[in-house]
Amino acid sequence: MVAYLIRSVVQAALVMLAVAFIAFSMFRYVGDPIASIVGQDATIRDRQELAESLGLNDPFPVQFGRFLANALQGDLGISYRQGRPVVDLLVERLPATIELALLSALFAFLIGLALGVYAALNRHGVFANIVMALSLIGVSLPTFLIGVGLIFLFAVQLRWLPSFGRGETVAFGWWTTGLLTESGLKSLIMPVVTLGFYQLTLIMRLVRAEMLEVLRTDYVKFARARGLSERAINFRHALRNTMVPVVTIAGLQLGSVIAFAIVTETVFNWPGLGALFVKSVEVVDIPVMAAYLMFVGLVFVVVNLVVDLTYFVLDPRLRGTGAVPAR
Amino acid sequence: MSDPASKPQASAAPMGAIGRALDADLWFWFRSSPVAIVSAFVAVTLIAAALLADVLAPQNAFDAAQLNLLDGFTPPMERGMGSQMLFLMGSDDQGRDIFSALFYGTRLSLLVGLASVLFSLTMGISLGLLAGYVGGRTEMFIMRVADIQLSFPAILIALLIFGVARSLIPPQQYETAAVVVIIVAIGLSNWAQYARTVRASTLVERNKEYVQAARLMGISGLAIMARHVLPNVTGPVLVIATINLALAIIEEATLSFLGVGLPVTQPSLGTLIRSGQKFLLSGEWWILFFPALVLVLLALAINLLGDWLRDALNPKLR
Amino acid sequence: MKQMDKTRLPALFAATLLATTALVTWSAEAKTLRWARSQDATTLDPHSGNTGPNHVLGHNIYEPLVIRGFDGKLVGALATSWRVLPDNPSVWEFKLRPNVKFHNGNAFTADDVVFSIKRALMPAADMKSLLVSVEDVTKVDDLTVQFKTKGPNPLLVNNLTNLFIMDKEWSEANNAATPQNLKEKTENGATRNANGTGPFTLVSREPDVRTVVKKNDAYWGNAEYNHGITEIVYRPIPEAATRVAALLSGEIDYLQDVPVQDIARLQTAQGIKVEAGPENRPIFLGFNIGLPELRSSDVKGKNPLADVRVRQAINTAINRDAIQRVTMRGQSEPVGMVWSRFINGYDKAMDTWPKYDVAAAKKLLADAGYPNGFSITLHTTNDRYVNDEGIAQSVVAMLGQIGVKVTLVAHSLRVHFPGIQRGEYDFYLLGWGIPTFDSHYIFNDLYRTKTPSAGTWNGTGLSNAELDAKIDSLNSEVDTAKRNATIVDIWKWIKENDVYAPIHVQFIAGAMRSEWTIPTDVENTPKMKFLGASRS
Repeated sequence: MVAYLIRSVVQAALVMLAVAFIAFSMFRYVGDPIASIVGQDATIRDRQELAESLGLNDPFPVQFGRFLANALQGDLGISYRQGRPVVDLLVERLPATIELALLSALFAFLIGLALGVYAALNRHGVFANIVMALSLIGVSLPTFLIGVGLIFLFAVQLRWLPSFGRGETVAFGWWTTGLLTESGLKSLIMPVVTLGFYQLTLIMRLVRAEMLEVLRTDYVKFARARGLSERAINFRHALRNTMVPVVTIAGLQLGSVIAFAIVTETVFNWPGLGALFVKSVEVVDIPVMAAYLMFVGLVFVVVNLVVDLTYFVLDPRLRGTGAVPAR
Repeated sequence: MSDPASKPQASAAPMGAIGRALDADLWFWFRSSPVAIVSAFVAVTLIAAALLADVLAPQNAFDAAQLNLLDGFTPPMERGMGSQMLFLMGSDDQGRDIFSALFYGTRLSLLVGLASVLFSLTMGISLGLLAGYVGGRTEMFIMRVADIQLSFPAILIALLIFGVARSLIPPQQYETAAVVVIIVAIGLSNWAQYARTVRASTLVERNKEYVQAARLMGISGLAIMARHVLPNVTGPVLVIATINLALAIIEEATLSFLGVGLPVTQPSLGTLIRSGQKFLLSGEWWILFFPALVLVLLALAINLLGDWLRDALNPKLR
Repeated sequence: MKQMDKTRLPALFAATLLATTALVTWSAEAKTLRWARSQDATTLDPHSGNTGPNHVLGHNIYEPLVIRGFDGKLVGALATSWRVLPDNPSVWEFKLRPNVKFHNGNAFTADDVVFSIKRALMPAADMKSLLVSVEDVTKVDDLTVQFKTKGPNPLLVNNLTNLFIMDKEWSEANNAATPQNLKEKTENGATRNANGTGPFTLVSREPDVRTVVKKNDAYWGNAEYNHGITEIVYRPIPEAATRVAALLSGEIDYLQDVPVQDIARLQTAQGIKVEAGPENRPIFLGFNIGLPELRSSDVKGKNPLADVRVRQAINTAINRDAIQRVTMRGQSEPVGMVWSRFINGYDKAMDTWPKYDVAAAKKLLADAGYPNGFSITLHTTNDRYVNDEGIAQSVVAMLGQIGVKVTLVAHSLRVHFPGIQRGEYDFYLLGWGIPTFDSHYIFNDLYRTKTPSAGTWNGTGLSNAELDAKIDSLNSEVDTAKRNATIVDIWKWIKENDVYAPIHVQFIAGAMRSEWTIPTDVENTPKMKFLGASRS
């Protein structure tokens, strides 16, 4: 068990190192680290002096090490566009993205689970088939079209929901939330649905497929033969066995949700990290791009680690052995 | 959700890719699936329209000199104020015929989609073969990178590559380079799945006797293996490629919609939707509607085909 | 920052409570103006950027010595009276308003004026171009300052309407003694914080997201200007459709820069009204005539734009009526010069442009030696002027018809403006607001040879000593008739040389919920303190 844990952590660290390496390469070689400090009008001598004092002439590993040390201390450089520390920018926009992503994931998970179970149990039902057909269309609908469509319908035509921004937020220290005000809650609805939609269809199809598979297995047949109620079979046995892969996938998708927020945030003018990232790509603000990459990398690594551990708790077979679940 | 990638069909006799695709069995399954027939019809129609854009489209939508500003905002089925041309699906703010723009836009979207799939296909197969054959650290490294790549959404990777390219290419040359950049960006963000599939299949083959023999004879086993492995993975790779094609088309549209894709003077479907969004409120719905419709139809048709192909190639589900 | 957050929480709870009760008993007392626009100010530093979006925010928080109302008329702000000294036409004297306090409680005195004007004259300040004629500023007593100009400048006061006065003590204590240099990528203490004397105080600022200001209860003009606004929430929304949807759904009260395509729809929408009118801002294309060879063209060894016939050809190939009718949907007035009918020096007889004629344009190109045209890159903003990118696209199409193959690069004003100032473009779109309402402001920035203090926005490479001398002579000419004659002279030169291709003066439209009446401001920098006067 300990070996398993250690292995997970080491793997996570390695991945994070790789991501940091890419971010550093972007920062150092694609961007202009000097321009981020003195501007483009500086003289050549100024630049050389600064390059020396910043250690830009040091060997590569030294520079990379310094980049890592700075990153660990929360120093990710200065934004070209806004001239402010990148970390400040990220921290300012973090709550908006986290709130949106978590709610979307929750929405996708709960609705996807419910619809998936329903579709599996009523395999030949009319509603179940409609849901399945719609889910396929959903996969082919680009996220941004869903967003535009929702805005057109609910904001422009019906005027029920706000079309942009977070509404009123309440601040707790550096954290801001839209969950405590009416306008904040209303502002969340459309972005959450837009962002969660793809994941919803994915989870629904997965739950349905897994349920069907489990229901076909021998032990379910055996349980039925033993005279257990359908309800008990469906929920205590089938669903429970379905949960392991579903939780894994849903968890792994969390990283995707955060990254996919890029599109949703742009459509709804959501003041989060994704919108910041798109703006940075547009104006080639390399430090912000590199930092965002590090952030998503971190989220991905943490989520993976947590999923690995959850797996460990949910699947008793793993305990005691050093086996790593196949991904 | 069965994953054809993880189980190479070792039982299948090596066959040419085309032979496999035209497998009489497959044809039978195709004919008996109305969904497949309809989606194939839609896909083929759109592809044909894209190929014949120069012949069929009333206007070259990419040639700015052919536009007449006075035709701007002509509603569908009306004649433009400037050229007196009939606009079947209306015109955009620059007097560009939407109907014609759809031909060219679809062509561009398909071109980007196909090229990027080809790009990731080649890259994925090569790396997969290499990983499976060489093994050891190389394999570890390639598969780790593939793992990381798979965990990051393609759109994010494409955006990053795009951003880097943008800072390296001077803006004047950007318009000409945009198509290539976007193909590479999307291609680089989708290769890992192929690599995994091919590697899994290669691992099975690696220990077979003929490979061992080739090795002993001092011939590179890689070439021989490629010849044996590739036919085995044709099915799964084809399924992945089809679904990836739909994804790549959506990805391109998304990038263009975000304003970091193809330029407005040569609009793809995504670029058209982006410019149409501005006019959604003022009543010029056609600028957004038709491109969006075509995009969804195209993606849906290809997705359905891919779905059908996967089921058809998976004997378990028949 | 941290300290503020602690106090913010209860305040916000209170605000939420207030907001809910306000739904029931809506009163004119507590009125929040939720204001949206396409883009944000680049900084709050009042002297860094000489652009409209910066001044719009600036006018809420800071004050100039003199200010223009919605109709463009001069009114005293921090100055109560001003005059040219009768015995020395090179000295302007301003009497300052007594008992004015900065937001932090510091008293406003002549020292602050001297400090601010000198600050605005520093190399990093974009506002320096308005002060080219100023030689020195001195304090006479606590409430009197004198501006000494390089020779007489009868129009100096017109240049001061966007020159905001900062608190000397606060600026020095908060790392804001020198202006933020926008061409570099640094910030100072005034980038996101502010301490002005204006009618509103800064509550919070998140660049590109929202800026909140609240009524300054200690404002000297509260009795005079009964605007009734307790708070302004200013939010940039780049997407045009989102902006309009936000107004329609009641999320915002006032939308500046209404997209032209949505004016008609908003005019018919219930509970919303639109105010539209021409802005004092010509939109035009700049040609780089100074380079020996263009960077983006297939013509090597020479610069096609250096030939006036090529510039005339482009001017002739632009169909201004079509741009007005389709791209602008009637919301513009074509112009023949980089000017507007609001300025001193405008002459209706000269405001003509070549008739749109493809054949004639082609002939001009052929005469210049380019029968098959050439290629070039056009740079434009996509978030600054009304339909800027659409206009540029139309120009691309029109020039395509005479064989000039244009590559379009559309980007944010944050990238575009520094590019022009550094002279990086061959061919670009720009708009020019004229806060002084005088021709000199156009000449000095767009036509004069680039120096640290003039020609700041001249990205054309134009450098003509004779023209420069004439432009500079306007600074000190006291004889109005003679001065105006020189202005006419310069415009004549401009007419012949076509260094820019003027397109139109854009209309600006503001849309608002019907309980508000915010007139069109000819400078497109509505100053909300004047609202009381015009509200019913």
